[in-house]
Amino acid sequence: MSNEAVIQPGVISHEVHEHHGEHHHHETFISKYVFSQDHKMIAKQFLITGMIWAIIGGLMSVLFRIQLGYPEATLPWLEDIFGHWARGGKISPEFYYALGTMHGTILIFFVLTAGLSGTFANLLIPFQVGARDMASPFMNMLSYWFFLLASIIMMSSLFVQTGPAAGGWTVYPPLSALGDASQGSKIGMDLWLISMAMFVVSQLLGGLNYVSTILNMRTKGMTMTRLPLTIWAIFFTAVLGLLSFPVLLSGFILLLFDRHLGTSFYLSDIVIAGKILPNEGGSPILYQHLFWFLGHPEVYIIILPTMGLVSEVMSINARKPIFGYMAMVASLFAIAVLSFLVWAHHMFVTGLNPFLGSVFVLLTLLIAVPSAIKVFNWLTTLWRGNIRFTPGMMFCIGFVSTFISGGLTGIYVGNSTLDIHVHDTYFIIAHFHIVMGVSAFMGMFAGIYHWFPKMYGRYMNNTLGYIHFWITLACAYIIFWPMHYEGFAGMPRRYYSYENWESFKQFAELNRVISFAAILSFLVQLLFLFNFFYSIFKGRKVTTKNPWGANTLEWTTPINPGHGNWPGEIPEVHRWPYDYGKDGVDFIPQTEPVTKDESKH
Amino acid sequence: MIEMMSAQQKRIHPYKFNMWLGLAGIIMMFAGLTSAYIVKRSQPGWESFTLPGIFSYSTLVILVSSVAIQVALRAFKAHQMGKYRLFLAITAVLGILFSILQVSGFYRFEEMGMKMIGIGSNPAYSFVLAIAGLHIVHVLGGVVALGIVFFKAFSTKKRNYDSTPVEIVATYWHFVDILWVYIFVFFHLLH
Repeated sequence: MSNEAVIQPGVISHEVHEHHGEHHHHETFISKYVFSQDHKMIAKQFLITGMIWAIIGGLMSVLFRIQLGYPEATLPWLEDIFGHWARGGKISPEFYYALGTMHGTILIFFVLTAGLSGTFANLLIPFQVGARDMASPFMNMLSYWFFLLASIIMMSSLFVQTGPAAGGWTVYPPLSALGDASQGSKIGMDLWLISMAMFVVSQLLGGLNYVSTILNMRTKGMTMTRLPLTIWAIFFTAVLGLLSFPVLLSGFILLLFDRHLGTSFYLSDIVIAGKILPNEGGSPILYQHLFWFLGHPEVYIIILPTMGLVSEVMSINARKPIFGYMAMVASLFAIAVLSFLVWAHHMFVTGLNPFLGSVFVLLTLLIAVPSAIKVFNWLTTLWRGNIRFTPGMMFCIGFVSTFISGGLTGIYVGNSTLDIHVHDTYFIIAHFHIVMGVSAFMGMFAGIYHWFPKMYGRYMNNTLGYIHFWITLACAYIIFWPMHYEGFAGMPRRYYSYENWESFKQFAELNRVISFAAILSFLVQLLFLFNFFYSIFKGRKVTTKNPWGANTLEWTTPINPGHGNWPGEIPEVHRWPYDYGKDGVDFIPQTEPVTKDESKH
Repeated sequence: MIEMMSAQQKRIHPYKFNMWLGLAGIIMMFAGLTSAYIVKRSQPGWESFTLPGIFSYSTLVILVSSVAIQVALRAFKAHQMGKYRLFLAITAVLGILFSILQVSGFYRFEEMGMKMIGIGSNPAYSFVLAIAGLHIVHVLGGVVALGIVFFKAFSTKKRNYDSTPVEIVATYWHFVDILWVYIFVFFHLLH
């Protein structure tokens, strides 16, 4: 199917929204910035919405770090802002749990899933496969609008009287299923579930568009093995989302049944406030299975796109072909397949059959193999490269660093014997924050710094970029490295205060250091935001089409491409995207035909 | 550009491809639910049941509706718009009839003392409600889609003989049909 057919409403009419198509060519403010069907604008919408969420989610972590670092302090300004949530200048326990829950939900789903995939899949897929737009621009627009709807519902849950959901981001029943069980299981929980349902719809609409665009709309000569690794990574991400989010939705639907229709899918033999509940025959473990069947692929939905971004940015700035292209693709594939077979490693202490547990241990540890292949390939790509230390490249190297440190502890916690000890402690917090939180942010920042010139036709400020990088990296390690020790000492996660435990008193000062670093790293992200928004309007202008000397197709478009990306015909592709430093030539774009006396790669 | 279009004509239409991917997502959702059902069935407290006879009638109805939409699709391709609209309407009516029969099947459950919701409900029956209920939602979504292509067929502004939207709706309709047959057989074999 032709690319042009989709973008020009005349050829295939969007009959449902006929009037919309008519406005398409004389773009008004509304059709250009609000109800846009242009993949580039939708990418920016995802990015900026994600940034707003990141600030809210980050601020929440600052608030609960204040409680953890300074448990005795009373800060009257907290009460001024949050009212009864911080009576007497102390964050209340209910508020603390709500903050932790919403921090997790927001960062995992709204920032690192929608904000990350939504931005880079939308921006890069049509650009790098050589398409005018997505397979269905209309569905793409719907994907964003469902995300915004989910965002608005989630945001509104922050303002209800009983507060937002507060049972942890995994919302395990029975706590989440019973409104009487806690403040955070009342209306806030319903809003959470409805918002997440909308979010799943958004992800599915987006994801199937990504897959079908990559498979069906590649330009002439763009075979699958000539795709940049970004596209491969996004492809596997989208497939994972497509197969796992519906299962999450089914788990949520049963939870809604339990909450409102008096069913007993997850409930059995429960006593609340001395009252015996009639529910019988349910099993909360069932929810955990359904949840983690998504929940585990979800962490790869977060990390795979950044692996693609890092591979691409790293190869460009090392001026070397990516080491082991096919191994990179194969390891992405292996990770994608394995991600569906390891979910029960989140459930080692639920009474899981130890034999079954050992199977999940084996499968979990197998993931170390493709992950190690990828790390090896990144290091060998850097090895003896002519490295240009752009901010994007710095974040790539930072990504490899945090991915290694976080990945290694994954081998610890993947073993059920060790996991039983460190389960639900700060060791787990440290592990997953470094390997998927910090690493994913590193990759995302690399992508933003690198593709900013393509998005806005201007550069971001380098100096601010370096400051942003070094403080972020240092703070990330200062925050999460000590948490490993706390975890080994058995300090449980999610506790409101550790003052009453003799064994954890020794960590009071360490907690203060962590909180200080957390606040500092939050502030430096504001610097990044300033850099981002300032550069949109005042940044140094891009004067050449291909500022980084990159091979991929997006750099053959005009500096500020219109809807449709290429003014003339879509260029034809003749080679893979990683011909850097080949035969003494700095770089050879994908559009260059292969000459006779060229060496093979 | 013309050459490029004809070269790419062999490829599947992106909207159709999107539909197939969407179906994969729906399959995963029902796979999640039915595997939860299987896990639950092996645990204590499960009450065995047989589906009331009314569900056999609804199965028949949805099977017939699949034939109807196939007739409608053929009529559309032969440009017999009158016949096309008629059979599209028949399909939609059968879809609604199916949903009504399903819901009365749920009431039949309750009448037989097998409580699906509220105090004294058993997860076995609740699962029937959740799975079959979610399937009804998908059927009604299909009815809405039928409605959209139905009213488009009356549009006087534009004569459109592009069969893609109709084919997509027909694919979806066959899918919800097969999905119900799967659920029906599933409930019969594992109850």
